[in-house]
Amino acid sequence: MLKVDVTTNSLTTSQGAGRAGDKVFSGAALTAGCLILAVLFGVALFLVVQAIPAFVAPAADIQGGQGFFAYIWPIVLGTLIAALIALVIATPVAIGVALFISHYAPRRLASGLGYVIDLLAAIPSVVYGAWGAAFLAKEIAPAYDWLADNMGWLPIFQGPASATGKTILTAGIVLSVMVLPIITSLSREIFLQTPKLHEEAALALGATRWEMIKMAVLPFGRPGIISAVMLGLGRALGETMAVALVLSSGVLTASLIQSGNQTIAAEIALNFPEASGLKVNTLIAAGLVLFVITLAVNMVARWIITKHKEFSGAN
Amino acid sequence: MTVTAPVTRKRSALTKGQLPSYAPWVVLAVALVLGAAILALVGFNVFGWGVVSALLFTVGLVAWSGMVEGARKAKDKLATCLVVGAFLVALLPLVSVIWTVLVNGIPGIITPGFLGTSMNGVTGTFDNKSVEEGTRVLGGVYHALIGTVQITLLATVISVPVGLLTAIYLVEYGEDRPLARAITFFVDVMTGIPSIVAGLFAAAFFFAVVGPGTKTGAVAAVALSVLMIPVVVRSSEEMLKIVPNELREASYALGVRKWRTILKVVIPTAISGIASGVTLAIARVIGETAPILVTAGFATTINNNVFGGWMASLPTFIYTQILNPTSPSNPAPSDQRAWGAALVLIILVMLLNLAARLIARIFAPKAGR
Repeated sequence: MLKVDVTTNSLTTSQGAGRAGDKVFSGAALTAGCLILAVLFGVALFLVVQAIPAFVAPAADIQGGQGFFAYIWPIVLGTLIAALIALVIATPVAIGVALFISHYAPRRLASGLGYVIDLLAAIPSVVYGAWGAAFLAKEIAPAYDWLADNMGWLPIFQGPASATGKTILTAGIVLSVMVLPIITSLSREIFLQTPKLHEEAALALGATRWEMIKMAVLPFGRPGIISAVMLGLGRALGETMAVALVLSSGVLTASLIQSGNQTIAAEIALNFPEASGLKVNTLIAAGLVLFVITLAVNMVARWIITKHKEFSGAN
Repeated sequence: MTVTAPVTRKRSALTKGQLPSYAPWVVLAVALVLGAAILALVGFNVFGWGVVSALLFTVGLVAWSGMVEGARKAKDKLATCLVVGAFLVALLPLVSVIWTVLVNGIPGIITPGFLGTSMNGVTGTFDNKSVEEGTRVLGGVYHALIGTVQITLLATVISVPVGLLTAIYLVEYGEDRPLARAITFFVDVMTGIPSIVAGLFAAAFFFAVVGPGTKTGAVAAVALSVLMIPVVVRSSEEMLKIVPNELREASYALGVRKWRTILKVVIPTAISGIASGVTLAIARVIGETAPILVTAGFATTINNNVFGGWMASLPTFIYTQILNPTSPSNPAPSDQRAWGAALVLIILVMLLNLAARLIARIFAPKAGR
């Protein structure tokens, strides 16, 4: 017995060293995981700390001289308008593209076509902004004139249309291009996970391809589509460059084809580099508002995905 | 003897009430001709021709199908047309963006010295001169390239260890604990943080810790890591998950410690996927503009110190050249530089994407046991 205890056999010593290695390694992994939670918490904390001066400052000191609330609500509305335009355009197209890749395209081409759509996501946002400002705005301006002439009785198309085309509608169109690949790739994965038996049962009953999609694919994919759209919304709300470069900003206006309106992200990007003093705090407070909005949207989307984990689009 | 057979087969009960297989091509040809004719009346352009022809094709095919095959088949044809149309519509901006960048960017990028010089000393007078007298456009993106490479590299150095270790925790140690579930959830939420908010966070953090107005490349790198970490975690987690459990168990059975198993068995098996995921994450953040804009300032000169002084980067270079041209009265040279920089940036991103695919293919574990 005693002899066994004394022997420093190679098994016991290496075990001691190995145990320490295990501890260090699992500790490092745990720390990294906690660091992520700390960062997210830190994002909120530092934004709040730096934003407080803007909340408590006298109303006259805030830009516009009417207090923080009067400063923020038009650009919150502008952000929502731009994101809404983007979603209204992108959602039907994205679902169509996803269906095309999952159920219409020849099987051999499908993955290649999916890669082409993913290229849309690879193009940097500033390039989209430059494209929107230099190409799209110019090309689309005549269409706005036409809208103002023929649909001007609608408040959203009230003339006179912007001659440069640098309007919130153009910004929304550029945003829709940017959220399209997000909605497409998530919806595509969900459509591909439709149970084959459901599809074949529908076809065997004599359904056409569209009826099969309507009866089997879309009902199955509905929660996935909703969360994909929500994630797209999160992206559209926070996207900066497309709006900062494309939109010639101004006060809140109902007409989508006049210059005017502004979004939170663009407001920060345009003003932060030259800002100082209380203006910095005001912009950080605006960032905090944006953070809270996108956080809420993303959390709802993720909650929907985890609720239907068996066809989660996240993996 | 059976001379009439082919004729009767054509009108058999099975194929009755169906459009012939050549129907879409006939309708397409008619639609293209009609579209060209209509466009010729109002002024021809290729884009309008495509749109009008597509509409005519859809209407023609659906109407014909409705007459011959009935409403259900017609609806199916309509859905097919709409779905294919959606795909073509999605391709339009991609083609248009790449075309615009190529056409506008090539003159900038072939200007001698574009990749090798900075904007140091390039003022509006030089730009005015190049417009008025046709001298070559001075200035380039060297300082921005240096900045982009340094900031992205530093962000990668921060994000990869944190992201990879987190993924290891989630897959190897988490075991569905509440903490692991919380991390998964918040990593997903973090992917949705607007890039400008990440930039504001880094700015606010350094304003509070170092001092107000701190703007360096390192602050931008921190901002980019906030965006990059969740991407690295997600992709590495997926890759670690698909490492077969038999490999781990074989290693444990040999008496190998868990950390040695992870380092020597699990990670080498998944390394191709992890590396390609990291490359894609780099490709994602290299084009981010907003966070660098609020954290690194603008520089027109070469700054090799990522920890001190303002720093330029390709995206912010594009942004400032478009929004604040060097010569306000003659923005053309600035536009040329901006598009040149955009082309360089797109080439970088595409190369990174390509590299990710190659890495995934080349370093993939050998199949077969």
